[in-house]
This record gives sequence, structure tokens and C-alpha cells, in this order.
Amino acid sequence: MKKLLIRLLTISLVAFTLAGCNSGSTSTSGSGDGTGSACPIRVGFVTDVGGVDDKSFNQSAWEGINRYAEEQGWDADACLKVIQSSSDADYIPNLTSMAEDGFDLVIAVGYLFEASLNEVAPLFPDTKFFVVDTVVSQPNVVSATFAAEQGSFLVGVAAGLRAKAEGWDKVGFLGGVEGELIGAFQAGYEQGVWAVYPEAEIVVDYADAFNMPEVGKNIAVKQFDSGVHIIYQAAGSSGNGAISEAKERGSDYYVIGVDKDQYHDGDMADGSSVILTSMVKRVDVATYTVTKDVHQGTYAGGSVMVFNINNEGVGAETSTGRNLSDIEIETILEYNNKVVAGEIEVSPTPVIPNGQSGTYSSTH
Amino acid sequence: MISLKEKRWIPFLAVILGLVAGTLIVILSGRSPLIMFATFIKAGTGIDLLKGGTFNPRLVGEFLVTTMPILMGGLSISFAYRTGLFNIGAEGQIIAGGVAAIGAGFFIPIDNQFIHSTICVLAGCLAGALWGLIPGLLKARFNVHEVVVGIMLNYTAMYSANWLYKQMPLNQMTRTENVPVSATLNVDFLRQLTNNSRLHLGFIHVIIALFLFWLIIEKTSFGYQLRATGFNKEGARFAGIKVKRNLVYSLMIAGAFAGLGGALLTLGTYGYGRVITAFDNVGFDGISVALVGGCTMLGNLFAGLLFGLMKVAQPALQIASIPKEIGDIISSLIVLLVALQYAIVLYRNKIRDWFKKARGQK
Repeated sequence: MKKLLIRLLTISLVAFTLAGCNSGSTSTSGSGDGTGSACPIRVGFVTDVGGVDDKSFNQSAWEGINRYAEEQGWDADACLKVIQSSSDADYIPNLTSMAEDGFDLVIAVGYLFEASLNEVAPLFPDTKFFVVDTVVSQPNVVSATFAAEQGSFLVGVAAGLRAKAEGWDKVGFLGGVEGELIGAFQAGYEQGVWAVYPEAEIVVDYADAFNMPEVGKNIAVKQFDSGVHIIYQAAGSSGNGAISEAKERGSDYYVIGVDKDQYHDGDMADGSSVILTSMVKRVDVATYTVTKDVHQGTYAGGSVMVFNINNEGVGAETSTGRNLSDIEIETILEYNNKVVAGEIEVSPTPVIPNGQSGTYSSTH
Repeated sequence: MISLKEKRWIPFLAVILGLVAGTLIVILSGRSPLIMFATFIKAGTGIDLLKGGTFNPRLVGEFLVTTMPILMGGLSISFAYRTGLFNIGAEGQIIAGGVAAIGAGFFIPIDNQFIHSTICVLAGCLAGALWGLIPGLLKARFNVHEVVVGIMLNYTAMYSANWLYKQMPLNQMTRTENVPVSATLNVDFLRQLTNNSRLHLGFIHVIIALFLFWLIIEKTSFGYQLRATGFNKEGARFAGIKVKRNLVYSLMIAGAFAGLGGALLTLGTYGYGRVITAFDNVGFDGISVALVGGCTMLGNLFAGLLFGLMKVAQPALQIASIPKEIGDIISSLIVLLVALQYAIVLYRNKIRDWFKKARGQK
């Protein structure tokens, strides 16, 4: 007992000495935290419930901000801060906390922030805001929109080509939350698949959440069991459930990644990957650009950045030596050029209702 | 057996030990515990010690907004627990209360905010009470355990509420339009007073609820009967107390408290109804509040404020580069330590004996 007490005392003594050192060093960096010379600008990032390690949307945005900070040689720990929202009740307080704390640029990623940003931005006219995937018309907000249907069209072409070649008559779509935004992903995918394989039956299911991998996995199980071999997931981290299900099944089951190149999220033990291709949405380019704009004083409040296939803001990931064959890549690029040239116009309105499936002829 | 006096000091000790452990974890992860404590103080009082004691009333407002539903969850669990029931269905009752309040907001056209919002809040209480009635009846009539029914009803409530919300005017697939202002608890006066926080009139309802809880449980013969039932069901029955009827009433009143919490969430914090895919855990947080608060009115108040603080401080912690999970860790440790109260008393006795012995040897 005595020995134990002595040990405890020693540990606590050591801990408190360390605490002394720590508080000293952090408080110096803490002063640099403010408007000190270390940070030319301070960037705050409010994520939705997904968090910056969602292997998708939020992560991509965070990488963009960090890339610019790295190029400029900023101390990322001190100049860039992220707050993860635990629920949608947190959006307003989180945005407000960042603005109050004097961040020069506050970034909110996702259409879910539309209402809260409309409320917070007018209260902090000196703070610059940035929102992705929705348009908030405030003089101190820059919005970025992505023509997700165009990129989804190309991965649809990839899915259609592969399914047709293998004789699979069904392909799947796993969406996050039903609505205008994810609807565009679904619409582009439908049109892409049917452009090369009109007889294909497309199965559509929504997870009703962007942060529920287990729900995504259940849907993947259902779709794979029904004869689907390729699932396009546009469901944030819910989609990771589909990836893990495909990994468990091994060869001949594929998932199409979303938002960023997810090839390595699908890595198998034998070095292959279950990711057929990814619909790349360059949220990182958007956040990189806006960080740069604020830093260089070219931030134009109230403007809208449009990212589409013409400025390579969206597209299909087509590196060679992966799951796509050279012929498939060639065909995808052909369709890419047709969309760029305006020969094909991709509509953002889906035709298959949630929980159902259909072919081109059954829906047109 | 632990004496009543000991029951009182154990939560305080648990809070202190929880904070000490949190401090150690923050130190071990290489951050400053001083900043952590300054952040907690900032989130709770609005006074920022790191910036020369500047005061921001918004933080106080948000602190209260976060605390109120958790506190109501705690009252709900506590009320049932005093009757010997474990109301794990509080989560579902909160959801039921929320959807009823929003429904009343949309479909009862009254322009006067005082009347309309009061009706909406009462609708929430009523819905919560009805959701509590089901496990109450099943318990009284068929002796089905309220925990089993409660857990199932939580899911029933969530999916039914999702369906109901989708029948209301929708803004997106995941939320309704904002309810008419007359239905909400938001007033400009409180907004201006607290530098645009979301503080709403719900705090008046919470104060009334706290008072009613205390009045019913401690001061009425009905409450006495409930407590007697909680201490010993058979004994209470033998003394002529209508135990079965009391079980039903107890769960209904607990449900009404939870329903009020749900109404405060939807009418105050949000102002719209949300289609959710996972529980908000307000009711489950209530279990922690009730446990730490010892199921008394004052205990609930303090524990509710404490857990609200641990929640609301999370964004500020992240800005200060301290992982937000530290708030969860501290609250969990406190719950754990309170749950381990027998062990704490045991060790205290051991240490006391050891000191006595040491003194005796001299």
C-alpha cells in the first residue's frame, strides 16, 4: 500500500512538472494563434457530422486547405482549425464560434449548412465565409457548386461498359440522403449506364444518412445478393460500408468511389482494389482556391464558383494499371469529350425512385 | 448499504476525480490543462480568461440551450426511478414530444405566440405522456418489463416521427419547413440580450418542470406513494397503495417531462422538425444526469448543467486544439465513478483503516 502511494505521488509530481512545461510552451504558440505574424490568415473549417477523416467530402476539403497552407509554409496546427459537428444543432454555434474567434475565413462544406449560414453570415460582415454545394447569397459568402451529374455520367459509362462485358444485368446506386444534391449523382449515373447499356437494370437505394457505414453495408449486401456487381456510392462515410462489403466478397464485386480518388480505400490483401473508378469532385481545388483568394486579397464575396467537366472540377478517375481496361478508359474519355463539347447534355433529374429499380425502357 | 449522507458526497467526489483524470489525459496528449479549464469556464460563464476576461453572453445562452433538453431527460428518468422504474424509453418520448409540438405548430393556426407556443409545448408533454403510457400499461397489466418495451418504443417513435415529419410541409427530404414564429419559443428580446444566441423561453418551462418535480415527489401524498412503491413494491401494496395505478401514472409523468424536453428541442433549438436516422441521445444523456444527480431535483439541476457544459464546450475545445472527446471522456468517467460508488466507499474505508492502523502503530 505504501509503495503504491509513493508511486502515485511520484507519477503525479512528474505529471504536474510536465504540465508546467506544457502550459508554458502552448501559451507561446497560443499567442501566435491570434493575429500574430505566424499566421497570415486563420482558416476555420466546420465539418458536418462526417468529420475530416470521412475518406470523402470533408477530407477532400481539408486536404485542399492544408495543401495551400503547406505551400505557403504556414504552421498548419496554429493557422488551420477544424470543428466537427456532432449534430445539426451544432451548425450555428460552430460557425459562430469560429467567426467570433476572429478567423479570417470560415469554410462550411455541404448543402446542410445553407440555412445556418444564411443566419450567421449577416451577423459577422467582416468574416469571409465559403460554402460548398449550395448557393448562399450573402455579400460575405462565396459559394461553390459542382456539376455532379457530369462526373457521375462518366462513372456510369464505366459501370455500364463493365456490366455489359461481363453479362451482369444489374448495377446499383447507393445514395446518402434523397434530395436535389444526391439526385444529380443518381441522374448522371443512370444516363451514363444507359448510354452504353440501355438494357441494364439500375437498383437505387438511399441510406438516409451520410454517416452510417452500417446502413450502407446492409444496402450493399441487399444489392449484391440481388445480382448487382457494381455499386456507385454517393453517400459520404455511409458508402464506406459498401466498400467493406465488396472487400469481403472479393473479386467480381466493385464499388465506384465518390468525391475523391478512393482507389486505396478498396485495397485488398493481394494488392488489387475493389474500387472500379471514382467520381472525382475537386472540393479540394475549391477550398484551395478560396484560401488562396482570401490570402491574396482576391476574395470576391457573393460570387459563385462553378465546377464542371469543362474546368475539370468533376470527372472520372481514369489512371491506367488499375481496374479499368485501356479500352474502357478510351470510351470514357470519348464520352468525356462529348459532354465537354456539348454533344451530350446530362440532366440533373433522376428517374428511378428510392428503393426501386428500372431499365431505360421501363422509365422512358 | 451506503448511507444517505455518503450518497450525497459521492457525486461531488466523482466530478472532482473525473476532472482530475481528464486533466491527466490532456497532459498526456501534450496539451495544456489550463487552456482546457479556461475553455470550460468560457463555455459556462461567457468569460474568456485567456483574452483578458472579456464577456460574451452568447456562450451563456448556448450553454442553457444545450442544457435544457438534457435536464428534462434527467428529470424524466429520475421521476420514474423514484418509483423503481427504469424509463429507458425517454429517448422515444422526447421524439414523440418533438413531433407533436411541431405538428401543433403547423396545424393549429393561432397568431398569438404566447397561446400558440404554450399549446405546442403542452401537445409535446401530452405526446410524451402517451408514449410513456404504453410501457406503463404493459407493466401494470402483463408485468412486461418497461426496459424492453421502452427500447422497442424508442425505435417505433423514431421511425413514426420520420414518417409524420414527411407528411408536413418539407423544406428538404431531411427537415420540415420552419414552423410559424408564433409556435416557436424564440423571442427577439432574449436574442438581443445574449448576443444572438438561440436562448429561448423554454427556460421558464424548465423552471416550472423542476418545481413540479420537486412538488410532486417530495411534497404530495401521491409522490409519497410513488416513493414507497419505489422502495418496496410489495410493502407498498400491503400498505394499501395502488401500486399498478401508480406505475402507470409514474411513467406517464416521466413521459410528459421527456415530451417537454422534445418540444423544447424542436420549438426552441431548431424551429423545425428533423427526419433523423440515429438517436440524438438526449434521453440517454438523461440517464447519466439522473444517476449523477441522485434522482433529486437539485441534483438533476447541477448534473444537467455539468453535462450540458461538457457538451457545449466541445467547439471551443477544438478551436483551442484540444480534442473534443475530452468532454465525453470526463462525463463518462463521472458516470462510471458514480456507478462504482460501492467501490469508492470500500476504498475510502480501507484508506481510513490504514491511516488508523498507522497511527496506532506509533
